[in-house]
Amino acid sequence: MSKERHEALGLSDDQVLEMFKTMLLARKLDERMWLLNRAGKIPFVISCQGQEAAQVGASFALDRDKDYVAPYYRDMGVVLAFGMTATELMLSGFAKAEDPNSGGRQMPGHFGQKKNRILTGSSPVTTQVPHAVGVALAAKMEKKDFVSFVTLGEGSSNQGDFHEGLNFAGVHKLPVITMVENNKYAISVPIEKQIASKNVSDRAQGYGMPGITVDGNDPLAVYEAVKDARERAINGEGPTLIEAVSYRLTAHSSDDDDRQYRESDEVEEAKQKDSIITFAAYLKEVGILTEEVEKELNQEIGSIVNEATDYAENAPYADPEDALKYVYEE
Amino acid sequence: MAQMTMIQAITDAMRTELKNDENVLVFGEDVGQNGGVFRATEGLQDEFGEERVFDTPLAESGIGGLSIGLALQGYRPVPEIQFFGFVYEVMDSINGQMARMRYRSGGTHTSPITIRSPFGGGVHTPELHADSLEGLIAQQPGIKVVIPSTPYDAKGLLISSIRDNDPVLFLEHMKLYRSFRGEVPEEEYTIDLSKADVKREGKDVTLIAYGAMVHASLKAAEEMEKDGINAEVIDLRTVSPIDIDTIVESVKKTNRVVVVQEAQRQAGVAANVVAEIQERAILHLEAPVLRVTAPDTVYSFSAAEEVWLPNHKDIIEKVNQVLNF
Ligand SMILES: Cc1ncc(C[n+]2csc(CCOP(=O)(O)OP(=O)(O)O)c2C)c(N)n1
Ligand SMILES: [Mg+2]
Repeated sequence: MSKERHEALGLSDDQVLEMFKTMLLARKLDERMWLLNRAGKIPFVISCQGQEAAQVGASFALDRDKDYVAPYYRDMGVVLAFGMTATELMLSGFAKAEDPNSGGRQMPGHFGQKKNRILTGSSPVTTQVPHAVGVALAAKMEKKDFVSFVTLGEGSSNQGDFHEGLNFAGVHKLPVITMVENNKYAISVPIEKQIASKNVSDRAQGYGMPGITVDGNDPLAVYEAVKDARERAINGEGPTLIEAVSYRLTAHSSDDDDRQYRESDEVEEAKQKDSIITFAAYLKEVGILTEEVEKELNQEIGSIVNEATDYAENAPYADPEDALKYVYEE
Repeated sequence: MAQMTMIQAITDAMRTELKNDENVLVFGEDVGQNGGVFRATEGLQDEFGEERVFDTPLAESGIGGLSIGLALQGYRPVPEIQFFGFVYEVMDSINGQMARMRYRSGGTHTSPITIRSPFGGGVHTPELHADSLEGLIAQQPGIKVVIPSTPYDAKGLLISSIRDNDPVLFLEHMKLYRSFRGEVPEEEYTIDLSKADVKREGKDVTLIAYGAMVHASLKAAEEMEKDGINAEVIDLRTVSPIDIDTIVESVKKTNRVVVVQEAQRQAGVAANVVAEIQERAILHLEAPVLRVTAPDTVYSFSAAEEVWLPNHKDIIEKVNQVLNF
């Protein structure tokens, strides 16, 4: 990698450092959540680990003051980039009343925050795809200059909602970018048993849109793909399907034991390509992540994670009566 | 006899039928190598091979439709829906297709499919991983809805479901999977799908329940016994169609009834039971039939779950009301 890579994409040194910082924060929050889960303090974790580069690279290519995102449960990198705070994520991890996503009503990872234009997702996978398409149709009808960005796993791209959503978007040339985060597994089922085509992106052809496969461990490659897609969307040229290929570095969730279905060698090999390591190496090579900067960054992130944990741990749960609210308009 | 958890009894039933009938196939998300996210199909792929026990892509509507095609070719599919909250993804296959196949084809095509799925609250899983949605399917004629409450019943009912020539939805309450063991014969046996089961005999009041609420009802009955109240507990086991004869027989004896369900109050199985009782046995009643249910709100968040779900205390309260009417 040479220094020109991020500059050629129009990214400043500060911006790429900010990208790295967001990735690292996501990773460190996630790692803390596992510790808290194993200590019996938070009920459930579903990880971003291995997918931070794709999530953050994509988010930085969007207009984070205008665009709408419909993330899926692993997208801690996306929601951090779109303005959700570490404390808010921890509140969600602990399922506390103040959790802005759902007040503890949903599992962690079921993101939603109106002020940051993060649509509310839910447990059934892929339901967010047609939602994002609806948002994009509204943008087109109202001639607004925003796009909607939706993500999902590769296994989830087998649901009808994926095909119905993308088809509508293709027919109407809507400003929606769909990014499949291909981490090679859907819980225990490997991609070969999920999808017959070579790439998930091959599916784009059926819906009349470009389909692009990128290295999901390379935030700059993902940035570039999403930036191009956004430009096309804003110019009225319609939707894009992007497949960001990486690897799920943890078990599916804190309830899963991945030793049942994959070799530890495979996981170890994937860890060599971990974007937290490789992107750090790039930033060091180009002289952005000096020893001093790295030390400061680690300290800063460490204290953000600690403060978020302390705050969320001490925050109150919702009153039981709150379970009776928000059924109908009151 | 072996001591088994309910999930072991369920695995045992599938193993029994995979052995007995080469047309039985088990499939769904993560049921193969992984043995299911709750381990219900543990070891079955190793024992019976990938042709008979296999993973599907992540698409429930596809699982439902595939089951129908296989059934039309003479197989007995036993698909798993990973959590019953994802039934919405496969609703047409169930209520729109398999349940109506016999009727629609004038009896020439059938759907001997057994859909297994975990459901139910009390294990700190949020909405769509905890809901009691049996009422959605119970409303559809042509499919049976079976919900076991003990390991013994689970094995016998599942074997009967798989052998049944109509589609069966077999719902497994997550809280009962591993919470206790019970005696389960190692040999095969069936349980009549058209019969409710009197889990406890009594003469003062009838409690009608199914799934985890059978245990809440039994607990309530035990507590009330201390105060000299003798409650009968009926486990519906098949919640659609219901065994109304067993219920009416009990009503004639006790003259007082409380119906218990974990699901929300509106519509649902309990409402149907109440309606049947008042149509058939109103002159035997000494008090209105009352219900114990969850409130008509979306499934609670985890911290409030214990308050939100019905429990034995709620049951005792309603029993006191019908006794003191
Ligand atoms: C409709 C539906 N079916 C099943 C599930 C259970 N489930 C949750 S995540 C998951 C696997 C998803 O795999 P993939 O789409 O590849 O995303 P990944 O978790 O690998 O990021 C499954 C089966 C669900 N949440 N929704
Ligand atoms: Mg995946």
